[in-house]
Amino acid sequence: MAAAVPAARWARAAAALLLGCCGAALASGVQDQAEQFFKSGHTNNWAVLVCTSRFWFNYRHVANTLSVYRSVKRLGIPDSHIVLMLADDMACNPRNPKPATVFSHKNMELNVYGDDVEVDYRSYEVTVENFLRVLTGRIPPSTPRSKRLLSDDRSNILIYMTGHGGNGFLKFQDSEEITNVELADAFEQMWQKRRYNELLFIIDTCQGASMYERFYSPNIMALASSQVGEDSLSHQPDLGIGVHLMDRYTFYVLEFLEEIHPASQTNMNDLFQVCPKSLCVSTPGHRTDLFQRDPQNVLITDFFGSVRKVEITAETISLDPNLSAFESKPPKDELAAEPLKYAEQLPVAQIIHQCGDIAVLDSVFLWNSMEETSAHDMKKCKTILIDHFLNIYSYKFFKEIKLCVLYKIGEAGI
Amino acid sequence: MAAAAAAAAADEAEKARGRRAALSFAAIAVVLGLPLWWKTTETYRAALPYADIAALGELSFQLAVPVAVVFAPGSQPRDLPRLLPFRDTEEKETLLNSRTSIASRYEMVCRSTTAQEEAALGAATVQEADAALHQLQDASLGSLSLYVIPETSLLLPQGIGVYVGKHRSALVRAGQGLAALRARLQQVMQIMSFTTSSITAALSDRMPASQLGPDARRHFKSSLGYEITFSLLNPDPKSHAVHWDIEGAVSRYVQPFLDKLSFLANFSVDSQILYYAVLGVTPRFDKESSSFLLSAHSLPHVINPVEARLGSSAASLYPVLNFLLYVPERSHSPLYIQDKDGALVGTNAFHSPRWGGIMVYNVEGPAAPQASLPLRVDVDMVRVMEVFLAQLRLLFGVSREVQPPEVLLESPGNEGLADWELDRLLWARTVENVATVSTTLTSLAQLLDKIGNIVIKDDVASEVYRAVAAVQSAMAELAVGHLHSAFQASKEAVTSSERAFFDPSLLHLLYFPDDQKFAIYIPLFLPMAVPILLSLAKIFREAKQRKKEPTKTD
Repeated sequence: MAAAVPAARWARAAAALLLGCCGAALASGVQDQAEQFFKSGHTNNWAVLVCTSRFWFNYRHVANTLSVYRSVKRLGIPDSHIVLMLADDMACNPRNPKPATVFSHKNMELNVYGDDVEVDYRSYEVTVENFLRVLTGRIPPSTPRSKRLLSDDRSNILIYMTGHGGNGFLKFQDSEEITNVELADAFEQMWQKRRYNELLFIIDTCQGASMYERFYSPNIMALASSQVGEDSLSHQPDLGIGVHLMDRYTFYVLEFLEEIHPASQTNMNDLFQVCPKSLCVSTPGHRTDLFQRDPQNVLITDFFGSVRKVEITAETISLDPNLSAFESKPPKDELAAEPLKYAEQLPVAQIIHQCGDIAVLDSVFLWNSMEETSAHDMKKCKTILIDHFLNIYSYKFFKEIKLCVLYKIGEAGI
Repeated sequence: MAAAAAAAAADEAEKARGRRAALSFAAIAVVLGLPLWWKTTETYRAALPYADIAALGELSFQLAVPVAVVFAPGSQPRDLPRLLPFRDTEEKETLLNSRTSIASRYEMVCRSTTAQEEAALGAATVQEADAALHQLQDASLGSLSLYVIPETSLLLPQGIGVYVGKHRSALVRAGQGLAALRARLQQVMQIMSFTTSSITAALSDRMPASQLGPDARRHFKSSLGYEITFSLLNPDPKSHAVHWDIEGAVSRYVQPFLDKLSFLANFSVDSQILYYAVLGVTPRFDKESSSFLLSAHSLPHVINPVEARLGSSAASLYPVLNFLLYVPERSHSPLYIQDKDGALVGTNAFHSPRWGGIMVYNVEGPAAPQASLPLRVDVDMVRVMEVFLAQLRLLFGVSREVQPPEVLLESPGNEGLADWELDRLLWARTVENVATVSTTLTSLAQLLDKIGNIVIKDDVASEVYRAVAAVQSAMAELAVGHLHSAFQASKEAVTSSERAFFDPSLLHLLYFPDDQKFAIYIPLFLPMAVPILLSLAKIFREAKQRKKEPTKTD
């Protein structure tokens, strides 16, 4: 009995010590996480996603690119930082039995076309010349901002290309090709002008490894779906749509990326293991000799996501509100123009007052406490709401709102 | 017999004529044809100053700062080397790497005070003295004035040895002797102009990354223009009707700051209000303080969900700085930000390098529980602008580095930027611009050299010439100490070199491997070349035979 008690106390002490160590390790882990943010040295992320083949039977290449687009957007890179080039329109193709969709899994499980796709270069605009112009920045001055790669020396860029390729070239639009030498030269020009901090190049074509053989600029990591002499195979056909939906390599990469979230610590070594020969039939390859950091220390979110570095603002500038600088500047002579007013987008306060307690949560309406509102006011609410939302909101919202409003009004017996 | 001889002679004449014809064909093909083909298939390349560009690859900066050291009566140290007034120079050379070096030169003109300056130094407070002295100087951009006052002077508070004012002057106590005074003067001159580390940070492109601190990555690179956007995020318009006088605040507090920097770049300011914009992170409820907390490691995930709605992609091509003011929902009020150690952040704000800043503005609950929602909230713009201006300064690279003891730096007040801070910025930016131009031009020259079939148009060549001339003039002005014209020239050089490098016509024609070149030319040239070559071969063989025959018949 006496011997058991000290043993129990020892056990408790040991457990407490262990817990304390774990806690300290966790806290320092969080600290390390915060410090590691500055290790990678980048402050923003860009992505250039290119699908180079057209025609309906190359559906899988468009689906490949859209899956990567989807993952990249989900992990945080905004549309303004993504240059998406699709050589053909599969979603609205007359041969598509399910219009406005592009599926990546058979039995139509996952629609990668979604609601919010912004294609920057479409159809015949996807040419070798435009692609090289985007990379090197030699763009005509009239190009809109969404079609430019406005990266700087602290940008990490992800470049994903898919299509039909061969030993040393990649076919664009079935009529021209880009060679690995040109690609290497374009990357060198990007490096000379410091248009990237680190670059991840992924290619899913036949003999894809030949495309990264000629790179010679620093800070480039490259992955390919197959070695020279091997073909990259497609994954599974869907009998309803009638074509192969995805390529194997990108299919398994998509499955891998679905498990990544913005705070995950998965590193590049895991990405290298994706799709072994047993699943992919071809042997994926990678090249890291030009990259300065160890792939072990490179997070997936360094390229696929957009985790911002933040610093706490510790100082302020003291301002004196009594000093008015208005008088010091002479008033500018302006033409007597009618003052422009910003149109009332949505008189929310007014509607709320009239329609009771409405809270808008992500385009779904919940109506509470309608008892006090008279039938006349309800009708007025309905008109106001529908008018406003017809005029202001996009189609996506209108569909859901109209259904909801009509349902609720029906419920209330008007 | 004679007929046979005549036939043989006619034959011979025929053969000779045939030989001459073949030879003339070959001669025309080689002498006229080859040069004509070469000339008509070459690409137009205007001449570029390759030698000058190669010389730009090695940068040795010479930075000269004109300093006026003014001794007030009773402050001259006894062991001054010479009698006032005199000139002195302090030089320092640093070799950063094999291609870059910095030589800094402080040209000091030491003199004693004039009567007006003495009167100014007799002012009651040090701020008034600074303002009065500013009226007396005509300090140009980049120059400094240091006033040495007696050690026992009461103008400066106790324990403070150096006071740096809002303009380009500083007051320095005389110290215990010449050596102490020199050390103090050196310190002040470095604070007010540049240090080796600030210049190294500006040259980040040429330095290996390991030598840089996080400061170098935080501020925006030199650009010709910036777009500043102020956004008010109201996720709960049902509870808060937020009003902010952003126009007044911008014209009162931000515009003076931007006016001072207008020489640096073009600025455009806009503002917007976003409703129903939530942060991507759910804050934690803290029971002890009954408030909501955002911890430091969840802050990086706050920005992304909001960024898509900020509309910065529709803005101009210039870099965009976003400043967001977030008014938390009624159900999540009050909201505080925690730093790494768990302490609450005083400013309740954070910023992201090269992006902008976010501040959380807490609103008190309604006074009476039955108060009608939405509550009218009038944002206190002074408090908000204090934080935003601090963040703006940090993002531009104007930061007060660790203040050494005994030095008092005057706050810039409503102008937002002290004159000497502007000088510091200009020194760094000029050096950065010159380094950028050097890299751009050398890589352009390398590219054009390597790829022989890029067309170089005349206007590209003229931009390159202009850039080279401007950068040479910038280096010359830096060596003399004219910061204003040096910066102007460096800005011109950057504009021209960027225009030349990013000219859309410089896309190299598609890569032609050698076997493709053969495949194109052989069908054109082979049918023409074969008869000429064969007949030349025949002529050559016959000539060799004739040379051998005379020896045989003998």
